[in-house]
Amino acid sequence: MIQLEKVSKFFHTGSGEVHAVKEVSLHIEQGEVFGIIGFSGAGKSTLVRCINLLERPTKGTVIVDGTELTRLDEKQLREVRRKIGMIFQHFNLLRSRTVYDNIAFPLKKSSLSKEEKHKKILSLLELVGLSDKKDAYPSQLSGGQKQRVAIARALANDPKVLLCDEATSALDPQTTKSILYLLKQVNEKLGITIVVITHEMAVVKDICDRVAIMELGRVVEEGFTEDVFVHPRETVTKDFINTANNIDKIYELIQQESNDLTKLQDGEKIVMLTYSANNAGEPVLSYLVESFGVKANIIYGNIDILKGKSIGKLVVTLSGKAENIEKALAYIQERKVELEVMKE
Amino acid sequence: MNILYEIAPNLEALGSELVKCIRQTIQMLIISGVIAFVLGLFLGVLLIVTKSGGIMTNPILYKILDKIIDVIRSIPFIILMVLLIPVSRALVGTGSGVTSSYVALIAGTVPFFARQIESVLSDVDYGLVEASASMGFSPLEIIFSIYLKESIPGITRVTMITFVSLIGITAMAGAIGAGGLGDFAIRYGYQMGYRDMIWVTVIIILIIISVIQAVGNFIIRKTTH
Repeated sequence: MIQLEKVSKFFHTGSGEVHAVKEVSLHIEQGEVFGIIGFSGAGKSTLVRCINLLERPTKGTVIVDGTELTRLDEKQLREVRRKIGMIFQHFNLLRSRTVYDNIAFPLKKSSLSKEEKHKKILSLLELVGLSDKKDAYPSQLSGGQKQRVAIARALANDPKVLLCDEATSALDPQTTKSILYLLKQVNEKLGITIVVITHEMAVVKDICDRVAIMELGRVVEEGFTEDVFVHPRETVTKDFINTANNIDKIYELIQQESNDLTKLQDGEKIVMLTYSANNAGEPVLSYLVESFGVKANIIYGNIDILKGKSIGKLVVTLSGKAENIEKALAYIQERKVELEVMKE
Repeated sequence: MNILYEIAPNLEALGSELVKCIRQTIQMLIISGVIAFVLGLFLGVLLIVTKSGGIMTNPILYKILDKIIDVIRSIPFIILMVLLIPVSRALVGTGSGVTSSYVALIAGTVPFFARQIESVLSDVDYGLVEASASMGFSPLEIIFSIYLKESIPGITRVTMITFVSLIGITAMAGAIGAGGLGDFAIRYGYQMGYRDMIWVTVIIILIIISVIQAVGNFIIRKTTH
């Protein structure tokens, strides 16, 4: 549905050239929810603007639904953009217009009759659950409601693609959940391909089928969400995953020598085990005691549910004879449980 | 009527002259006001869209407009009026009287108004512009349905401010024989020393301003949500 081929975007500033996006190639399939995650300044907002050419790429080609956008002139581009909805962090609603008129706004250029437009707006209001707010002004709505109006507005011209630029970043966790749920519904019910830009791993975890991680203008890692979660390759990816659970706190504790929880006796090791959907729930730990006489003391545990599959992380202190611990570690790896020695 | 004559004794003799002057002032306000409004709005929009980062970025045009506005704004109106007499002759065929004052009044108002419009429009969230661009609206459509429509309260506010300053300079235009209330006040109130006539002009001008402010406040109230 969306193909980016070696897309680069440079900005000229007073102090020289800024390379916001560097040679990014992505293929986003019809009907999927694709996440692009990165810390601020990673270039993800620029990248998403390259998809509908709000920012024209300096180099590279952008193809959306079979049309090469980078070849179109402004007028043709405006026509195509109506089929690419977009929502923003700060909602960008028109303050002088009611909820109804905000949704009607993009329909100005539509060929629908007045009556069809009216029907369309009412059905969109129902979809986002705001039928009772149709005559309210944006200033009378909460953040979550504003984003719902923005979603309805973005869907008015029956787009094939919906771009979400940090759509939940200004919302509280509860509201974020409900907006993500709405986006998922839009994706499933209407079959709209969704691209989600975010800096929150929780967002990716909740709705994205695939994810790309951006750092310094490049996509450094890309894959199915659960694969990336279980087998992250890049440091930045690991950082994101660790912020999504509380594992970064354990790293901090291990750094602190004075902490009793992570204080080790001779020969002991602290290891982190990551279970994926295939081997979660297997009694690996109890087997360690039975077969190798190695005791495993759990100091941290976390289980994530990703698309109905569970991914677990356990941080344990292993104690026993040195050679037995080695055997135990080998066994763990044999069982395809991801293993990281955190302290020894 | 008699009470009025008691308060302002000279009104009896100067009543018809006063009415004529009020009419001249209103004529100057309406004609130069409307033209200055349209021109100022146009220039203000031009400044916003041609600015770097605007929707029709054009740094050279922006620089030129920016400088011209600064230069005209820095000339005191009383001097600008004299300076523009030849321009006025070329444009409207006369260098004095109500007709000639239009050129000076417009030149004195437009740069001020354009700057105020620029500042009002720069308060429009760029996110709205971006959102409408993402919906496939053209720059012209964005100017009308976002920049202007969303700024109606702000535009009304600066229009009122500019209007008050326009009334101020129409009074000065009396100096080149444009007539109007300013001319009336100088001739009768100052040169002939009729204090009551000064008061009468002050009250009339206050009434004009109050009416404008009431209309403006009404529009702002209706369009702010």
